[in-house]
Amino acid sequence: MKLRQAAKVLAFAGTALASQAAFAQVVKIDGSSTVFPVTEAVAEEFQKAVKGKYKVTVGISGTGGGFKKFCRGETDISNASRPILKAEMAECQKAGIAYIELPIAYDALTVVVNPKNNFVKQLSVAELRKVWEPAAQGKITRWNQVNPAFPDAPLKLFGAGADSGTFDYFTEAIVGKAKSSRGDYTASEDDNVLVQGVARDVNALGFFGYAYYAEHKDKLKAVPIVAREGAPAVEPSEKTVLDGTYQPLSRPIFIYVNAKSLDRPEVREFVEFYNRHGAKLAKEVKYVPLPAKAYEHNAQQVARRVVGTKFGGENKVGLTIDELIALEAKL
Amino acid sequence: MRTDAPQPPRSAELAAMRELIRRHKRADIVFGLVGLVCMMVGVVTLLVLFVDLMIDGLPRFSRDFFMNFPSRHAERAGILSAWVGTCLVMLVTMVAAVPLGVAAGIYLEEYAPKNWVTDLIEINVTNLAGVPSIVYGLLALGLFVYIFGLGQSIATAGLTLALLILPVIIVTTREAIRAIPVAIREAAYGVGATRWQVVADHVLPYSIGGIMTGVIIGLARAIGETAPLITVGALTFIAFLPPSPLRSEAPYVSFEWLLSPFTVLPIQMFNWVSRPDEKFLLNAAATGIVIIVATLAMNALAIWLRYRLRKRIKW
Repeated sequence: MKLRQAAKVLAFAGTALASQAAFAQVVKIDGSSTVFPVTEAVAEEFQKAVKGKYKVTVGISGTGGGFKKFCRGETDISNASRPILKAEMAECQKAGIAYIELPIAYDALTVVVNPKNNFVKQLSVAELRKVWEPAAQGKITRWNQVNPAFPDAPLKLFGAGADSGTFDYFTEAIVGKAKSSRGDYTASEDDNVLVQGVARDVNALGFFGYAYYAEHKDKLKAVPIVAREGAPAVEPSEKTVLDGTYQPLSRPIFIYVNAKSLDRPEVREFVEFYNRHGAKLAKEVKYVPLPAKAYEHNAQQVARRVVGTKFGGENKVGLTIDELIALEAKL
Repeated sequence: MRTDAPQPPRSAELAAMRELIRRHKRADIVFGLVGLVCMMVGVVTLLVLFVDLMIDGLPRFSRDFFMNFPSRHAERAGILSAWVGTCLVMLVTMVAAVPLGVAAGIYLEEYAPKNWVTDLIEINVTNLAGVPSIVYGLLALGLFVYIFGLGQSIATAGLTLALLILPVIIVTTREAIRAIPVAIREAAYGVGATRWQVVADHVLPYSIGGIMTGVIIGLARAIGETAPLITVGALTFIAFLPPSPLRSEAPYVSFEWLLSPFTVLPIQMFNWVSRPDEKFLLNAAATGIVIIVATLAMNALAIWLRYRLRKRIKW
């Protein structure tokens, strides 16, 4: 009994102190590590611009972990490298949390090989599926099994670990089902490990976010992707992502803003700042910015407080930004 | 001439004996070498790591590195929020863990009756010292963050690490106390001292060196902990400092910093390691040096304190 009382007293003291600390105007952000560099850059510039009037904190707990905190009302903004899922929508609804979904940049998943690899000029989605589908496990182990034109050399695979949004999107886009992949490859949540792996092995094939390729262009070679039979092979670049030809591996990344938090001036100003400067800062950290009209659309969504998601709780592969803008948000 | 005089050992026997001695000496040398290799594996690995870190990280050391907040520009990024966070978290850890741990150790050793309950507690305390740190993180997430409502704050982090090092402090406190000869206690009791007088005037002063060592080694472990702090919600990007504990107006001190969000050195380092831009790796190396130097310095302090305080004891 005494223990419980003591706990109550402590809890009371804690909340009393906590409410005091709430006076410090902090914008709390958490979520995906893929979106982190962009949000971090915006947070850095924002704090400089408001000269310390408001504070911003950014954590990394993954897209899924971020949504858990977001739907408990612990954060104002959630970084997400994929749209909110049905289960997460239900969580938020239960807690009475409405959100505004804002795409803020593109990430292009990049398939890479070693620069000394001289036989891979392009890969089709069908070939990639042959390599990565679960049935390939232990069977597709040599390059000539992928395409008879390739030499008989061992195939060394490097890819994102199963906990990342990158893995979810790649498997969805290539194999056709999220999280469905072979397991016998070098998996890491740390993309630098994958970069090193591919850079050191002539027979390697790997995939990760565009930013990691862009920073290591001298050590890696990006493979042009053939979306479907007869289509031209397209190399990932800012241009091909923007005009929608780099398919199906380019995807928008998002921030989700708690609609109630928008009533606080620090959150509103931060989101406005994000819309105004997001394009420039995304480019600086090697992400592909959205076209200007997408940011204008974002600003309208915020001004009109349009809550909900445009994806209905599912990942949609190969959506262009125009199609995305045209969709309607639903809770 | 008598023939039963002691015969010098026959040369065959002598050779066998010499061979035996040689063999044993060889075993000596072999084990010495094996032991040396085993020791070098650890030492050389640490040295290589440290030198590698130094080569990468030393050029990053400058006033700015310690006085700047993290940034997306590797050259401008610094560890100000991280080292301030680490210091404050360690302060909370120390304030919470030292009195609790030392008092518990003294009680178990000097006051508690020796029966199966204390045996059980003893076994549990020793076991707790080996529990993976992430488990403490999960416990703290439930207890401090949600039930006590402390949030993802410096207070939560400090208390979490305090839990983590409590068993270490308790165990070393008990060992330090046990090292004091029983005769000293008996002499004190013999002249009519109470239990508390014995503890305060003899046991504590004589064992303080050992206790301090335990405390510092515990803190040195806590300083590099990452997993439990990630669990309780340490942040990755934070470009402001907690509110100052000193105020210009009454009451002059403020404890608001206890509830401030924070980051610590190992988390900042981890974040930099996984960045696309390779220049951040140099920052990570420099941060690694700071952590290693802090840990080594604490261990050195522990050794020095033990030496100093032991010299003072004259029995």
